[in-house]
Amino acid sequence: MISDEGSVAALPKKKTTQTWPAAARRARLHVVSGKGGTGKTTVAAALALALAADGRRVLLAEVEERQGIARLFDVPPLPYEERKIAVAAGGGEVRALAVDIEAALLEYFAMFYNLGFAGRSLKRMGAVEFATTLAPGLRDVLLTGKVKETVTRRGGDSKPIYDAVVMDAPPTGRIINFLNVTVAMADLARRGPIRNQADGVVELLHSADTVVHLVTLLEDMPVTETLEAITELRAQKLSVGSIIVNAATVTHLGAASLKPAAENRLDLGRLASGLASAGIDPDPDLLAGLANETSDHAVRVLAEQQCREQLTAVGVPLLSLPRLVDGADLGGVYELADHLAEQGVGR
Amino acid sequence: MMARAPLDLEKVLNDPSIRVVVTCGSGGVGKTTTAAAMAIYAADQGRKVAVLTIDPARRLAQSLGLGELDNVPRKVEFEGSGDAPSGELWAMMLDTSRTFDEMVSSNANADHAAKILANPFYTTISTSFSGTQEYMAMEKLSQLAATDEFDLIVVDTPPSRSALDFLDAPQRLSSFLDGRMIRLLASPGRGVMRIVGAGFQLFAKAVTSVVGGQMLADAATFVQLFEGMFGGFRDRAQATYDLLRSSRTAFVVVAVPEPDALREASYFADRLRAERMPLAGLVLNRTHPPMADLSLATTQAAIAEVAGSSPLTAAALAVHAERLTTRTQELRMRARLDRAHPDLPVVEVPALAFDAHDLPALRIIAGQLTGTS
Repeated sequence: MISDEGSVAALPKKKTTQTWPAAARRARLHVVSGKGGTGKTTVAAALALALAADGRRVLLAEVEERQGIARLFDVPPLPYEERKIAVAAGGGEVRALAVDIEAALLEYFAMFYNLGFAGRSLKRMGAVEFATTLAPGLRDVLLTGKVKETVTRRGGDSKPIYDAVVMDAPPTGRIINFLNVTVAMADLARRGPIRNQADGVVELLHSADTVVHLVTLLEDMPVTETLEAITELRAQKLSVGSIIVNAATVTHLGAASLKPAAENRLDLGRLASGLASAGIDPDPDLLAGLANETSDHAVRVLAEQQCREQLTAVGVPLLSLPRLVDGADLGGVYELADHLAEQGVGR
Repeated sequence: MMARAPLDLEKVLNDPSIRVVVTCGSGGVGKTTTAAAMAIYAADQGRKVAVLTIDPARRLAQSLGLGELDNVPRKVEFEGSGDAPSGELWAMMLDTSRTFDEMVSSNANADHAAKILANPFYTTISTSFSGTQEYMAMEKLSQLAATDEFDLIVVDTPPSRSALDFLDAPQRLSSFLDGRMIRLLASPGRGVMRIVGAGFQLFAKAVTSVVGGQMLADAATFVQLFEGMFGGFRDRAQATYDLLRSSRTAFVVVAVPEPDALREASYFADRLRAERMPLAGLVLNRTHPPMADLSLATTQAAIAEVAGSSPLTAAALAVHAERLTTRTQELRMRARLDRAHPDLPVVEVPALAFDAHDLPALRIIAGQLTGTS
């Protein structure tokens, strides 16, 4: 299921390492999950941009009704339709879609039951919430069903409309249930169009067209959740494409200095003479302050290295993105897309 | 540089009239850690404190002695993790479905309750209705507060999609259970047509074909069984709401200096104010105040100068420069928040280099939160 190539961790500073695996290169649906707060949406957007390079067309779909894409790209809330939101390097384009559960259900009813006209009054009555509460799995079937439709849609030339679809999926805590459409179907009727739709989704998710990427920070809790998610995804026979480390600390400290710095044994004499040579008065407060900052930094770098080792051990290709000191604005998304491209995405 | 009063948690947590502290904020901002740190501080001040957590990180749970879901508070043992507090620290992890079961059992006779608990539709509601967890957290708080066993209860709100969920959850759940849809679908044909016309019958048919007839039948039975309990549920929810609005409660919003978390915190502050809930202030976690007094321009010039001759100095200065840049971003976001909420007291907790998952680390955070370190 998972290819071995490129399974060695890439250090953030190395530029040309190809860690993007063949399975991900082949896939057309990229499901991006990760613990809350790891920058899942930002990374999904960067991935879409990187995949759209050189004239390709990529859809970035969100399914949690958070309008995270609109916020990130600083555009008004996305309607339930596919809109171009960004131009990628080499003339590619990224379109975005915010899948809306009510719209998806009503669209579905309209398609199969000619129920379009009653849609509004049903919505007012809370019908959609009712139906999705009655059968929680229905929600996921509808959301994944809509995404599947975008993956398989073909244009006049019978080629797929999208070269790739990137789904900003629910966080790791919910991703297994979300993708486990088979279980969701237990809630649903045994026959009929919804069943057919669910069957189609199961087939797509378990095919070579789909990979799941997990975004993580190099911190205990996100790493633990990532490792648990990998185990569960594998058990469900869902293909894990890569782990994407976000916000990794870039260090200028030499490997030999990390441990002493972390243990507050930094060579203050050397630091003082270095400062003096740059014309800065190395007074004790300044020295102590810089040493403390360096110590905090070194402790973090060492902790991140440990987290990285844990992740490397599971044998999933690892991509790495640096922490953007200037914040994750739109420019930052392009910067992250470049980092992904350097690690082989879209090549 | 900020003229306003900072958030004084030392005062809040020592105030005997404040019996409930609720932490809220978006996921991943350190809500649970903040709740636990506040609880340990108050216990160290001699109070008997219970911290009610929803989904703590495993290591934090372990250090609080919470091995598994357990619906009653347990006393935290401090063996080998520093001095025991002069008060008492109790902790519990919420078991949502058990809390719901208990609520049903206490509102109905045994036979009736057993029927409800066995209903498949009830199982769906008590485990997967979005908002059940929030509702039950508030229910549990209400129960604990009613026992009057604790001087202070610190409640962590569930990691929800939106930080506002727990205020709305009871209302959403009861209007769902109470709602017309269930009745209409459960007993179609009676007066329905006048409301939505032929569309509804088609819809009912569509829903039946999607979720199956059995589910609807279960739902209908459930509604009948539940009838008569709504009143009790609503009264309890109202009582909890009144407690939250009283001067016995203090809300603490938790955020990190990142746009999404601050936006959420801002919504939350607005909402609490609109509901007249007692908002104590905002805890801004993981900030990066500089520890050395050296400007960015000087630092960068010095890096260029010593890059070849003293790599160690260059590296230390690069760490400092990055911290200053990060801090500039943080202050910009903070200023934006201050403009939107000029009266909101804020306390910053600088980022620790390590994860806080044991009692000594929680005490360090408690010291920063209360300005007593």
